[in-house]
Amino acid sequence: MKLYKGDLHIHTCLSPCGELEMSPLRVVKEGLARGLDIIAICDHNSAENVGAAIRAGAELGIHVLPGLEINSLEEIHALAIFDREEQAMRMQAIVYAGLQGTNRPDIFGEQVVVNEFDEVERFEDRMLIASTQLGIDEIAGEVHRLGGIVIASHVDRPSYSIISQLGFMPSGLELDAVEISCNSKIESFLKDNNALKGLPVITSSDAHLPGDVGSRCTSFFIEFPCVNELRMAFQNRSERRIVY
Amino acid sequence: MKVRDIQSAFNLEVAAGGGGLDREVVDGYCGDLLSDVMANAGRGSVWLTMQSHQNILAVAALKELAAIVLVNGNRPADDTRARADQEGIPILLSQGSSYQLAGMFFNAGIKKKEG
Repeated sequence: MKLYKGDLHIHTCLSPCGELEMSPLRVVKEGLARGLDIIAICDHNSAENVGAAIRAGAELGIHVLPGLEINSLEEIHALAIFDREEQAMRMQAIVYAGLQGTNRPDIFGEQVVVNEFDEVERFEDRMLIASTQLGIDEIAGEVHRLGGIVIASHVDRPSYSIISQLGFMPSGLELDAVEISCNSKIESFLKDNNALKGLPVITSSDAHLPGDVGSRCTSFFIEFPCVNELRMAFQNRSERRIVY
Repeated sequence: MKVRDIQSAFNLEVAAGGGGLDREVVDGYCGDLLSDVMANAGRGSVWLTMQSHQNILAVAALKELAAIVLVNGNRPADDTRARADQEGIPILLSQGSSYQLAGMFFNAGIKKKEG
């Protein structure tokens, strides 16, 4: 086993708020430049750029996990992370079924699908910034059914976090971990938030700009970079563990 | 004024928590961020929200709210209804918006007495 340095929350230019320079290839190169071993691509409600990132990562030598940052019915942001593009695309279909509206690039920004050679394939029309009609419990259920892990995004933030939207951690919700943003120090945030005690915690960059990739990261002592090993690290099982 | 009076005056559907229809209403609050409602809603308020997650009952119980009105045609899930029955806090349903309902409730005299 070895230590893998990971940033599990990175946006590309597909997210309306992501910078246009954040092509899958650029994100992969930035990850490599910062010494990351694993990155997860998590665009808002969509996985259209994960395939390109996986292929670019395989070419250049960084492990890319496909994901989405889903905006739930309650307007909670949650990361859904998988092993294979096909699983992420299945989750995307479920999210898309509950997503309404057409993007207004002049207000929210362009949503660009880019291939692994840095060529623009098309512009996504759906309003990816909107929320899907699935509640957070349903999202967790669907992601687990498809073999992925669910991480509540930036739980320390005053908006779009499970704490801001639902007041506190709901009982019975099966989260694999929670993410703390670059706004907080892990130890002090946990000290003030008893409800999070016992939940695995990671921190990641939530990068929307090239310079932010890997600005916050979490390392994992695991056998191989895959969802199952990450889950074992979250749960401190079989010597796997999270290292900050 | 009791929850029952609002419910019948504005013809709101009772989705759950019917055992609490005699709770007293003294004020109102609108909000969809539960952290905000926990910080700012007053005791005895009728709460207008579109959040239907079961955590709304915990917030209502904590803040001793009189009732919850789900606006814009939102409906509670089974676990939310079960929790409302258990807490005895009514969940009322409306097709109207928070703005419309707040205006109607205010005009009907639901407002905290000044001073």
